Amino acid sequence: MLKELWNDAEGGFHPASAPDFLPDAHLKAVQLRRLRAVVARAYDNVALFRERMTERDLTPASIQSLDDVAKLPFTVKADLRDTYPFGLFASPMGDVVRLHASSGTTGKPIVVAYTREDIEVWSEVMARTLACCGLHRGDIVQNAYGYGLFTGGLGAHYGAEALGATVIPISGGNTDRQVMLMRDFASSAICCTPSYFIHLVERAGELGVDLRELPLRVGVFGAEPWSDGMRAHVEATAGIKAHDIYGLSEIIGPGVGVECGEQQGLHIFEDHFLPEIIDPETGEPLPDGSEGELVLTTLSKKAMPMIRYRTRDITAIIPERCGCGRSLRRIQRIGRRSDDMIIIRGVNIFPSQVEAALLAVEGTLPHYRIILTREQGLDQMTVEVEVTPEVLSDQVRMLEDVRRRIAQAIERIVGVRVGLRLVEPHSIERSQGKAKRVIDQRGD
Amino acid sequence: MKLNQLSLFLENRPGRLIEPTRLLAAEGINVMTLCLADTAEFGILRLIVQDPERAAQVLNDAGWAVNLTEVVAVEVPDQPGGLAEVLEVFEQAGLNVEYVYAFTLRREDRAILVFRFQQPDQAIAVLEASGHKVVDAERLAALVG
Repeated sequence: MLKELWNDAEGGFHPASAPDFLPDAHLKAVQLRRLRAVVARAYDNVALFRERMTERDLTPASIQSLDDVAKLPFTVKADLRDTYPFGLFASPMGDVVRLHASSGTTGKPIVVAYTREDIEVWSEVMARTLACCGLHRGDIVQNAYGYGLFTGGLGAHYGAEALGATVIPISGGNTDRQVMLMRDFASSAICCTPSYFIHLVERAGELGVDLRELPLRVGVFGAEPWSDGMRAHVEATAGIKAHDIYGLSEIIGPGVGVECGEQQGLHIFEDHFLPEIIDPETGEPLPDGSEGELVLTTLSKKAMPMIRYRTRDITAIIPERCGCGRSLRRIQRIGRRSDDMIIIRGVNIFPSQVEAALLAVEGTLPHYRIILTREQGLDQMTVEVEVTPEVLSDQVRMLEDVRRRIAQAIERIVGVRVGLRLVEPHSIERSQGKAKRVIDQRGD
Repeated sequence: MKLNQLSLFLENRPGRLIEPTRLLAAEGINVMTLCLADTAEFGILRLIVQDPERAAQVLNDAGWAVNLTEVVAVEVPDQPGGLAEVLEVFEQAGLNVEYVYAFTLRREDRAILVFRFQQPDQAIAVLEASGHKVVDAERLAALVG
């Protein structure tokens, strides 16, 4: 039996992980049954969805196979804003036990709802997520995702409890206290954003605490893109195994996908979330293995079903079976979102590319930000990078050399000239949640 | 025989020099001399202080990027020709000086030259062979104390 199936150090099967290993035919049968039910539910209860179905001469009976999902209309983020706050709910308020909302970048937030059954499904997929990261009963999980309207905190909390682990509901921020409790409570796992964890490691070092000497062994990191280089860095400096998790509040929150011990892509909990990859330009479905935009359909959601939700995340479905034995398909790690993209003088640039270049240059920690300005009508990109004692020299030309090497590494990857400014340590604001890597001062 | 020089990274904007010097003052660490190398965007502040290890710790704890570099200090008479004589020794030995700065002592007619070399040990050897007084941390403390 696979190790991850056993729910504590001594062994003990955790039934929540069972659907990860369903035979393909069984999984597909579950998916089709649930797809038909969720389409009928959305059609019967959500006006916007029914109108769009009708426009296409579709009824719930049009869904006869899993491939028929491609006939259905897409849902986009603007639909959530346009129907703010409760317009996409498929349950009466009496059945809704929880609301969450995401911080909208423009104006109104988007609101999501959960029935009691939805909360149970969410707890289940998060328990499976944590089990997939190698956690079990007896683990002490320091949950540093923010509790509140953000789905991260409560999602991880319910999942860890469902798994039977011990949760420290510390929430985000107050880094000194995080370090103290991590040491005093002997936390074996931490859940937070990768950028916050880097900040935490750094702060622990200043406080004289070496995380490699603590019992901490697993990091459950998500809510923002992070690179493999960043993973190597945090695994080495903290002595942990770092897992990428994927989720979005529109679908459920965290718990849509997770990396297993193989760390070769993220398994999608396909029995609850049906993944498709589409061409972001044409909307046409793409075969497994092709890169495109991830589209998700919630197969079990009651309060707020999402049909073909366009995530804006760019990835590909990995066609091969995973070495861990799970039958769930995997997606590639998400390095970029189609709306994270920076366009400089017609060139598309993603912050993850800058990060990869920074990491390729020896001794550079990933504390950086990208500043976009416009000078005499021309877009300029400047990258600010904090100087560390490791790269610091007493000689100007050595430091100039570091600066030039970093700039050249970035230019090689992104293909446009960049300005590079070395700045003092801690001069770039640390995020308590999602890192803000790009400051756009172009002011259209 | 070498001295530890403290190097500190500063952004080249108004007021950046004050904070680290205040930190050292608050710790009672005396700055004997300093030298600032700068470009349009950043500077490297080099400091000779009492107790460089503690100074580095204090600055590091406060979040500054600092490191320690070994430099060679020579005591010379504070009079014309003092520097030239020492430079001649290095020239004859074929040693390249990366940078140099100097300070004088109030109580004695002496000046201290601070040199940065790629090979400090070789520099010390030629200085001693030519009869020059190399200043170590102990001697420096005695001179300024």
